Amino acid sequence: MFGSFIKKSRAKSPWIIHFDCGSCNGCDIEVLACLTPLYDIERFGIINVGNPKHADVLLVTGTVNHRNKKVLKNIYDQMSEPKAVIAIGACGNTGGVFRECYNVVGGIDKVIPVDVYVPGCPAKPEAIIDGVVVGLGKFAQKVEEAK
Amino acid sequence: MATTIIPFGPQHPVLPEPIHLTLKLEDEIVIEAIPALGYVHRGLEKLADIRDYHQMIYVVERVCGICSMIHAVCYSQGIEELMEIEIPKRAEMLRVIWSELHRMHSHLLWLGLFADAFGFEALFMQFWKIRERIMDINEATTGSRVIVSVNVIGGVRADLSPDQIRWILSEIDGVEKDVSALQDTIMNDYSVKHRTVGIGVLTKEQAYELGAAGPMLRGSGVAQDMRMLGYGGYSEIDFEPIVETAGDCWARSTVRFREVLQSIDLVRQAISKLPEGDLAVKVKGNPPEGEIYTRVEQPRGECVYYIRANGTKHLDRLRIRTPTFANIPPMLTVLPGCELADVPVIVLSIDPCISCTER
Amino acid sequence: MKGKVIDVTLDTLVGEVTNMKNDGQRLVTFSTYQEGENKIGILYHFDKDLEPTHLRLVADMDKPIPSVSGVFFSAMLVENEIRDQWDVKFDGLVLDFNRSLFLDPEVIQVPLVSNVKIDPKK
Ligand code: SF4
Repeated sequence: MFGSFIKKSRAKSPWIIHFDCGSCNGCDIEVLACLTPLYDIERFGIINVGNPKHADVLLVTGTVNHRNKKVLKNIYDQMSEPKAVIAIGACGNTGGVFRECYNVVGGIDKVIPVDVYVPGCPAKPEAIIDGVVVGLGKFAQKVEEAK
Repeated sequence: MATTIIPFGPQHPVLPEPIHLTLKLEDEIVIEAIPALGYVHRGLEKLADIRDYHQMIYVVERVCGICSMIHAVCYSQGIEELMEIEIPKRAEMLRVIWSELHRMHSHLLWLGLFADAFGFEALFMQFWKIRERIMDINEATTGSRVIVSVNVIGGVRADLSPDQIRWILSEIDGVEKDVSALQDTIMNDYSVKHRTVGIGVLTKEQAYELGAAGPMLRGSGVAQDMRMLGYGGYSEIDFEPIVETAGDCWARSTVRFREVLQSIDLVRQAISKLPEGDLAVKVKGNPPEGEIYTRVEQPRGECVYYIRANGTKHLDRLRIRTPTFANIPPMLTVLPGCELADVPVIVLSIDPCISCTER
Repeated sequence: MKGKVIDVTLDTLVGEVTNMKNDGQRLVTFSTYQEGENKIGILYHFDKDLEPTHLRLVADMDKPIPSVSGVFFSAMLVENEIRDQWDVKFDGLVLDFNRSLFLDPEVIQVPLVSNVKIDPKK
């Protein structure tokens, strides 16, 4: 009984953590804008937290470079299972404008598995919310599968 | 006494961006701070080798998403000077309007984050709510909220219709009213003052010698603002830099707050002086051999571009010095001696934009 | 380029920079570019009352350049950046990151010099 209760509340009220992984700030501030009064993703039960151990969903903006790939991996590993990853913006998906730079490795999926890709440069808050909602679907599925 | 070492960042709740500080503490007092950068370093100056000088506009806009418009203005201003292009007066004024809108949204964003740094979440939400009105103006006039991409070499590519101008004027009236309502809270509230007054004091001499820029410099009593150079449309606008003398976190936030109100006034002035005319001139050929040093004022301070061209469509060298890069040495100087709990407030008070710093 | 440009050499550099400081100039930043095959050009930008002045130094890339971070602490960051990007050494740098300000050890390419790689760090 208790297990099903946890399952349900996990999928209904996921906590997110946002990591900026070499983004130009464009996507970053749009993620933050989602949390503020106009877009307000808290109405889906989503809360932004600062500690990866508390979080269920990881939002990543920006390209991966040689230094922050370790940090990204570390944050991902610290999150408890099940977890979902959402890559935001052209940078997070493929490297975007910066893909040819010397210090850029590429998109987020070079380092950790990604569940949802949100396009745009920068991605609009509407698109990010859509992405998060799709991500929640996948997350709920993972919760179901996990025992 | 034994020293403790506390790592601060790269992923930290008050920081939207990754920067790492190694803090050496004695008791609760910081005695040394050593930065580690490089989490956002992409190396985009080198892209000048493979992108031509028109395409570079899209790259420099992505040095920093928050002041993208002003980066593009600085870059195109440099190339135009090199190629001796005279851009239409209307384009110059339109650049001023969008630049000031960017300054407003950037300062409002920062005021919100600053409020969040000392735990005043309601104020954070208020500032961001006001900011959305400016984002709406950006979206309606250029098609994009953050990275507006209206600059081209030789002018701008979007125009304001009379209807839009009327709407912008009424919107910024609303913004002015909303922002003024928060003035008392951010400047005089007891608990806000408790966290900001006398914290992280940077004297006038220190600020000047360490090469601080923007609100950091003006908060310490040095009246320096690149808009005084009168670049582009600023030559026709009345402008007085805003200066505070205390040099602490409170002074820096007050400078930024007053600059929001000033930017509203500058937008009004620019709109009233908006001349009729073309939006852009046609640009032919490549930049000739030569080098250019141009400066503009960004929300965070003075931004310097050094452009070296070799007569081909690729630039030889593009060097960008952004304001936060200049503000990191002053930050490292004020951190020793402060309490651990004040570190987030001080770090935030320089308005760190790490993606600018590391490019 | 706007502003006066003064040419300096490796020997006169620190003296000139000190003169600038005594004159009440503010160090803005340095800019670098490649000059010929293996020389680096460094421009030291100064500013006083919105009037820019520049010092130009052209030096060999493989010899150390005297650091001015003792005169202006803020030069420390730029010099470390140049160290990263050009693999040029500075003599007397107050806080030397040794090519790790921006780059990680596994990046062995010297970014702004074409086709040059350094030996991997141990
Ligand atoms: S996708 Fe575009 S806006 Fe987003 S971080 Fe990358 S460059 Fe910036």
